[in-house]
Amino acid sequence: MNDLIFVLLILTGFVFLGSGRLQFAIRTLALQGILLGLIPLLGNWQGLWGRVLSIATISLVIKGLVLPYFLTRAMHKSKVMHEDHPFVGFTASMLVGIICLGASFWLASRLPVIASMPSQIAVAVSFFYLFVGLFVIMSRRKALTQVLGYLVLENGAYIFGVAYAIEAPFLVELGVLLDVFVAVFVMGIIIFHISKSFDHIDTDQLSTLVG
Amino acid sequence: MNLNNFLIPALILIPLLSGVAALLMRSDVPRRILLVTAATIHSLLTFLAEGAPPLFNNWLALDALGRLFLCITSFLFLIVSIYSIGYLARERKAEKDVRFDFESSSILSNGPESLLTACLLFFLTAMTLVCVSNHLGLLWVAIEATTLASAPMIYFHRRRQSLEAAWKYLLICSIGIALALFGNFLLAVSTATLSGGETELLLDDLLLLAPQFQPLWLKAAFIFLLVGYGTKMGLAPLHTWLPDAHSESPSLVSALLSGALLNCAFLGILRSQQILIAAGFASFGQELLIIFGLVSMGLAATFILHQTNFKRMLAYSSVEHMGILALGVGLGGAGVFGSLFHAINHSLTKAMLFLTAGNIIMKLHTKSTLEVRGLSHSLPVSGALWMAGFLAITGSPPFGTFLSEFTILKAAIEQGHYAIAIGYALILAVIFIVMASIVLRMVQGKPLDGQEAPYESEPWLSVAPPIALFGLVLMLGLYIPPFLQRLLVEATRQLGGAL
Repeated sequence: MNDLIFVLLILTGFVFLGSGRLQFAIRTLALQGILLGLIPLLGNWQGLWGRVLSIATISLVIKGLVLPYFLTRAMHKSKVMHEDHPFVGFTASMLVGIICLGASFWLASRLPVIASMPSQIAVAVSFFYLFVGLFVIMSRRKALTQVLGYLVLENGAYIFGVAYAIEAPFLVELGVLLDVFVAVFVMGIIIFHISKSFDHIDTDQLSTLVG
Repeated sequence: MNLNNFLIPALILIPLLSGVAALLMRSDVPRRILLVTAATIHSLLTFLAEGAPPLFNNWLALDALGRLFLCITSFLFLIVSIYSIGYLARERKAEKDVRFDFESSSILSNGPESLLTACLLFFLTAMTLVCVSNHLGLLWVAIEATTLASAPMIYFHRRRQSLEAAWKYLLICSIGIALALFGNFLLAVSTATLSGGETELLLDDLLLLAPQFQPLWLKAAFIFLLVGYGTKMGLAPLHTWLPDAHSESPSLVSALLSGALLNCAFLGILRSQQILIAAGFASFGQELLIIFGLVSMGLAATFILHQTNFKRMLAYSSVEHMGILALGVGLGGAGVFGSLFHAINHSLTKAMLFLTAGNIIMKLHTKSTLEVRGLSHSLPVSGALWMAGFLAITGSPPFGTFLSEFTILKAAIEQGHYAIAIGYALILAVIFIVMASIVLRMVQGKPLDGQEAPYESEPWLSVAPPIALFGLVLMLGLYIPPFLQRLLVEATRQLGGAL
C-alpha cells in the first residue's frame, strides 16, 4: 500500500515529462500535490499526529489546489497553452526519464537505510523528481513550463521531507514557504512582466545576454 | 535590563522598518536621507555588536564568523547608500528631463525609486539575518529572502535585458535554494541515528553532536548544501545567473550583489563545512571546495578573455574571486585565514570597481569596452580609480588583495599541493594580463568622438565613496587594525584553520 503511492508518483513523473499541453501538465502537478499530501499519513509517527495531519492538509491545499489554480490563471493570462517546440522532444524526454529513474535507484541504493521508512523506494523517487525537474527546466522554452519544472524539482525535496524529516521542527514548513514564494513572486510578478513586455512568455526570446 | 539584548533585534528591525517607511514616502529627498541614516545606525550597531547575547533559544547569535561577514555587509551598505544619493538624483534627472536611458541612450522608464530604496533596505535586513542565524533552517530562509529582496532591483531599469537577467536570477537561485533545502532534509536524517532522538538544526547542537551523525547521509547533505548555496555564491558551473544580474542591475546594486550577497551565500557553505569539521570529515568538504574553487577560477579566466562589456568583466572576476575563497577554505590551515581576509578585500575592491563603473556609464552611456577610450581625459578621477581598482582586484602589491591571495598560495605550497599552487598562480597571471589589456585600452588613448565632452569636475558624491573603499584596500595591504585581526583569527579558528 505504501509503495503504491510512490509508484504512482513515478508514473505521474513520466506523464509530466510527456505532456505538451500546459493545462494537462498543471493537472498532473496537482495530482502529484495530492499524492504528496498523503505521504505523511503513511509514516509511523507516534505522538506527532497533530503535526502530521496539519502538514498533510497544508500540502493538499497548497500543492493540490492553490498552486494549480494560480498556474492555470497565469497560463490563461499569458495565452500560452502549449509547449510548442521544446529543445528535447516529448518522446526523447521519456527516454531521459527512464535514465533518470535508473540513476535515482542506483544513488538511493548506495545510501544507508533509514529506520523510520514509509517505503523502500521513497529516497529513489525523491531523487527522480529532482532530476526530472532539472531536466524540464533545461529542456523547455516557455517560462511557465520552466516554473512547472521547478515545482517538480521542489516536490522532489518535499517528498523526502515529508517521508523522513517530519520530526525536524519547521523544516517541512520551509518547503511550503518555498511554494508560496514561487507562486506569488516568480509566477505572479515576473510572468506578468514578461508577457506584458514581449506578448508571449518564451524564454528562448530572452537570449540577448550571452557569454 | 541589558541593552545588549536589543542589539540583534535592532540590527534586523531598523532596516526592515525603514524599508517599509521608504515604500510609503512620496518625496525623494527625505527617502534618500532615511536610507543613509538607517545605514549609518546599522553600521554603528554592527561595530558595537561584539558580545551580543544569543536570543530566542539560540536561534539568533553572533559568533566571530557571523560578525566578520556582518561587518563587511554593513560597511559596504553604508558606502553604497552614500553613493546612492548622487546616483539616484542623476538617474531621476535623466528620466525626468528626456526620459533618457543613460546606459544605452534609448527611451526607458525606471521602476519606482521608492521600491528600489525599500528593496535595498529589505536586502540589508535579509543579509543581516543570514549573518546572525545560528539555526540552519533560519539561515536557509534568510538566504531565500535575499533573493526575494534583490530580484526587483535587478529589474530597476525596465528593459528587456534586465527582465531576462531578473528571470534567470530567480529561476537559477530558486533551484539552488531548493537543493539547499534538500540538503537540510538530508542533514536532519543524518541526525536521526542519535540516541536521544532527533535534534533541532541549531548550529551549536549540531557542532556538539556531529561525531555521532550517520556519515554517509551527512556527506550527501554537505554535497547538496554546497551545490545549493554555491549556486547563489556564483561557483562555476552554476554561476550563469551572475554575469547577467551584475551587468543589468544599477551599478550600486551590482556593488552590493558582488560585495555582500555572494559572501552571505559563502557563509552558508562555511556553516556546512563547520559541521563536517566537527564530525571529523573535514577533508571530504575540503576536496570538494578545492575542485569547485579551481573550476570557477579557470572558467572565469576564459570568459574574461573575450569580454566586451566591462560590467560583465567585473562579474566574471567575482566568479574568479569566489573560486579563490572556496579554494582557500579548501586548503585549510593558513588558507582559511587567507580566504576570510580575501573576502574583505574582494568586497571592498569589487564594490569600488562597480561604483566607478557606474560613474563611467553615467558619463559615457555605454557598457561596451570597445566604446570607451581615454578615460584619463574624459573622467580623470574615475579613470584613475578604474586603473587603481584593476591593480587591486588582480592582486598586485601593496594592496590587501595581494596579501590575502599570497597567503593562500603560501598555504598551498606549504602543504605540498604544488599542482594546485601552480594552477592557482597561473590563472591569476592570465587574468591579470587579460584584464590589463581591457582596462588599459579604456583608460589610455584619446577619447572617442563625442566622449571628450567639455571638462566638468566629477561630483564628489560619486567619487568619494569609491575613493574611500580604495583607501581601505590599500590600508589593509599595509596594516590590519587589531580588532579586525582578532576577528579574523577567531573566525579562522572556528573553521579549523590556523595561522
